[in-house]
Amino acid sequence: MRKIWWKIACVCLLVYTFIAGILLDVPHVPALQETIRNLYFHVCMWFAMMILFSVSLYNAIMYLRHFDLKYDVNARQYAAVGIVFGMLGYGTGAIWMSYTWADPNNPAFQSFSAIAREPKLIGAAIGLLVYFAYMVLRDSINDMDKRARISSVYNIFAYAMLFPSIWIIPRILPSLHPGQEGNPALNTSDIDGRMRLIFYPAVIGWTLLGVWITTLKIRLKLLNDKKILS
Amino acid sequence: MQSLRRIYTLFRKDLLLEVRQQYSFYGILLYIGATIFVLYMAVEEPESKVWNGLFWVIQLFICINAVAKSFLQESRGRMLYFYSVASPGDFVLAKLLFNSLLMLVMGLLSLVLFTLFLGNPIEKTAAFIGLVVLGGWSLSLVFTFLAAIAAKAQQNAAIMAVLGFPIIIPQLLLLMRLSKAAIAPLLTIPTDTILLLVALDVLVIMLSVILFPFLWKD
Repeated sequence: MRKIWWKIACVCLLVYTFIAGILLDVPHVPALQETIRNLYFHVCMWFAMMILFSVSLYNAIMYLRHFDLKYDVNARQYAAVGIVFGMLGYGTGAIWMSYTWADPNNPAFQSFSAIAREPKLIGAAIGLLVYFAYMVLRDSINDMDKRARISSVYNIFAYAMLFPSIWIIPRILPSLHPGQEGNPALNTSDIDGRMRLIFYPAVIGWTLLGVWITTLKIRLKLLNDKKILS
Repeated sequence: MQSLRRIYTLFRKDLLLEVRQQYSFYGILLYIGATIFVLYMAVEEPESKVWNGLFWVIQLFICINAVAKSFLQESRGRMLYFYSVASPGDFVLAKLLFNSLLMLVMGLLSLVLFTLFLGNPIEKTAAFIGLVVLGGWSLSLVFTFLAAIAAKAQQNAAIMAVLGFPIIIPQLLLLMRLSKAAIAPLLTIPTDTILLLVALDVLVIMLSVILFPFLWKD
């Protein structure tokens, strides 16, 4: 935790993302125009969320292998920060959508429910609901070891069911959202070389920021626990 | 072989309990009847889209009610006894098997009541019955495992709904898509979606067998 180089890297990458992402030239796609720069923020939020949830899953598995409460604290905090990134993904998506999809000439976009039916939005909503349920389950159990064990089991089960909803189902339902075939923003044909130079550093930067926040939260939690135990 | 016999014995124990303590079985039957009757009063003859939606939502609630008690009814002493005579894998497989059977009966029964009270929009009857069987199976598998979690957390069925609804949405979406195809005369039923559902069911069974040992030890 005391290693500092990756925190410096995180700050540098994010500063680079903001400066280069706003100033450098981007391809002009008719429907998107300059809003395409939101790719460096919106898509990165979902990448960071998935990575944080995966780290949470890893910690849940490690807890069931070693029964060390440290892993349980990790799993919970990574899930919590993952939820925050998911919310930010929704926020950035809503801003992007309001400039590209929301077409005043198309009556289908007058109502909220027409847009909320979008498969990718459903998938993301399911993901967030699952982790909210995880938090509720945790808070409903008082015994520390039992809570750790049961919530780890739910974490693993939910993650395994979450994958089909986020990666498979949106691909078999019709959608407006880009990235219908294959992995959005990862396909070589999807995104221009110039954007790739900023997109990949941005993903790493945002993920490192998420990990940084989580390590701080974990340290705080461990200190609090120590106060209770002693 | 040994484990197959143990699964069968545990399965038969659940079946016998159900036959002898009939109140829970009839309770669910009454639940189905009453819900569908209320729907009949409320919407009379719905159009096929609404019929489809209502049918699967009712299946979901029936499943929660039918499956919720499967782990809650086992007292602490009885769990200790199972602990000494069977492995966790056998135990959970027997439960999955029994709940699948229960949900199969309840699903087909509610289909009959639905067609009686709310009209029959189904074009491909055999395919739709197959879907009800597959859907009941999927729902019962997921909720059996969640019932185990909820029972261990010493919570009622409410937490099961909270835990289960987000997880079951993908499967319900697929099921409704399939049954829409079974209701509409011109659509063909996509085979790959059925295979995806079966794959999800197999995944749930494997996860239950892997994860249940961590749940039942105290």
